[in-house]
Amino acid sequence: MTSDAHTASPPRPAGPTPRSGRLGNRLTPVRALPMLPAGLLLVGFMLGPILYSLYLAFTDKAIRGEGASSTSFVGLSNFTDAFTDGDFWNSLVLTLVFTVVSAVIGQNVMGMLLALLMERAHRILTFAVTSLVIAAWILPEVVAGYLLYTFFAGEGSLNTILAAIGLPTQNMLFTAPILAVSFANIWRGTAFSMLVYSAALSAVPGDVYESASLDGAGPVRRFRSITVPLLRPAIATNLMLTTLQTLSVFGLIFIMTGGGPARQSQTLPLYMYEQAFSYGQLGYGTAVALLLLLIGAAASLVYLRLLPEEEKR
Amino acid sequence: MTTTTRPAPTSTTGSRARGTTVASSLVMLVIGLAFLVPLLWVVLASFDTEASLSVAWPQTWSLGNFAAIWNAETTFRPLANSLILCGGATLVTMVTAVLCAYPMSRFRFRAKRPLLLTIIFSTGLPITAIMIPVYSLFVQVNLIDSMVGAILFLGASSLPYAIFLTKGFMDGVPVDIEESAWTEGAGVLRALWSVVLPLMRSGMAVATIFTFVMMWGNFFVPFMLLLSPENLPAAVTLYTFSSQYGQVAYGQLAAFSIFYSLPVVALYLFLGRSLGQGFAAAGGVKG
Repeated sequence: MTSDAHTASPPRPAGPTPRSGRLGNRLTPVRALPMLPAGLLLVGFMLGPILYSLYLAFTDKAIRGEGASSTSFVGLSNFTDAFTDGDFWNSLVLTLVFTVVSAVIGQNVMGMLLALLMERAHRILTFAVTSLVIAAWILPEVVAGYLLYTFFAGEGSLNTILAAIGLPTQNMLFTAPILAVSFANIWRGTAFSMLVYSAALSAVPGDVYESASLDGAGPVRRFRSITVPLLRPAIATNLMLTTLQTLSVFGLIFIMTGGGPARQSQTLPLYMYEQAFSYGQLGYGTAVALLLLLIGAAASLVYLRLLPEEEKR
Repeated sequence: MTTTTRPAPTSTTGSRARGTTVASSLVMLVIGLAFLVPLLWVVLASFDTEASLSVAWPQTWSLGNFAAIWNAETTFRPLANSLILCGGATLVTMVTAVLCAYPMSRFRFRAKRPLLLTIIFSTGLPITAIMIPVYSLFVQVNLIDSMVGAILFLGASSLPYAIFLTKGFMDGVPVDIEESAWTEGAGVLRALWSVVLPLMRSGMAVATIFTFVMMWGNFFVPFMLLLSPENLPAAVTLYTFSSQYGQVAYGQLAAFSIFYSLPVVALYLFLGRSLGQGFAAAGGVKG
């Protein structure tokens, strides 16, 4: 714990207190000036495209064909097209499966488990395993995609191992591609939850546990009655972040399966990409993207409600 | 009486603790193995000219795969492009993030909470979802296939998280310290540069490296915004790797993956512990 930012952190670190200096602590226009470059960048490259997408989603803009030469408003028809397209619903369901299996359950449970194990397991082993988990996270997305492709492929490592211990082999990339990419995302993303939870756990004072064990609370009871309530803010924040990250996973699935076979792993980002670039329907693709954003926003609102009142500030 | 009974419970808790350690270690070992196998594949395959899809000990160890991709076309230019793209974008992100975080950390204003919430909210904004409008806009303003355009977009996209991280570290630097600087007439930028930044050096390093590492691994943004082969970073050339050779040369793919991953792994190792601490200190999770 050498980080000065960490140790110097006061209980309420949100800026100066009212007594701070005769210059006052109000934001004046001159003092706000340094915020300008970031503001311009965010407005130009984030807000701009978002606003533009609100326009684009209601047009028939296309790369080629009718919507290419002259773009016109089509009202809600992109959205009604999506809702009547079986492939859209297929992608929506797959997105939910992918998100729930890999982020909500997989990464969170695995991250929490590792964070708890880190406190008890042998130190050298802990170091080795957490290094591996973090390596999986640090690796570029495309590399991770190829590594897990080779792991799950028909002649890949998984089947070699299964065969070696006498279990039946499976070509998961064909039989259950959405599960293969979900496991891949757990492999790749667990480190984040692990770091978040181990940081949060280290902030829990040890004597709380000691007195609980003296009162006869077992490990499960201690976890449920002490760890989970104390970590609630961390859990809610982490669920939100991992969910949003997972909703937008593209490269990993694109490399591993390309969304196939037969759209069986085509989550919304891949569906969106296919519609926009394989079929050239930019307007329609944007409408799907907006729906994806809405799902993310809805999930965030749910998680925000999990936060205790005082954390919402 | 109390002194004679005391050793008994401690010894039972002691053996129980040892039991938990062994059990925890075993579970951890199993998880670790699951994480290890794909990583082992890339290392072993890179030294194996006969590499297949499955993890296997090379019959003969060879540097042939590395030699085969040891050229500008396959390896050096994409890596240099990655460096320009991610280095440039990291610079853009960190400079603007620090400038933006300072007033937010130090001054009070009405819109502060909504602004912070917006920033926190946009940290989670799935960039994937805005890539189509970005592409479409970039085509119109002629920024497609422009390195500068890609740098600015990549920089902007990681800005919310960088502001959030930087502000967290900045909040940890007591405001009293620069008050004396203010009273001596130092302006905002002066106080930031010579008082605050030196005190949050480790936090800045964490935020910078984190930003860089995340950009280095990003595939979708350059994949959409850059087109010409001479502009493509390693993330995208790795994707086209298989088609370049017809038959996929897995050993060479592994070797290239290692070249491409090495910089970020090295950066991580360099800062490993504090990167982890970054999460604790960032205030992102007030655990």
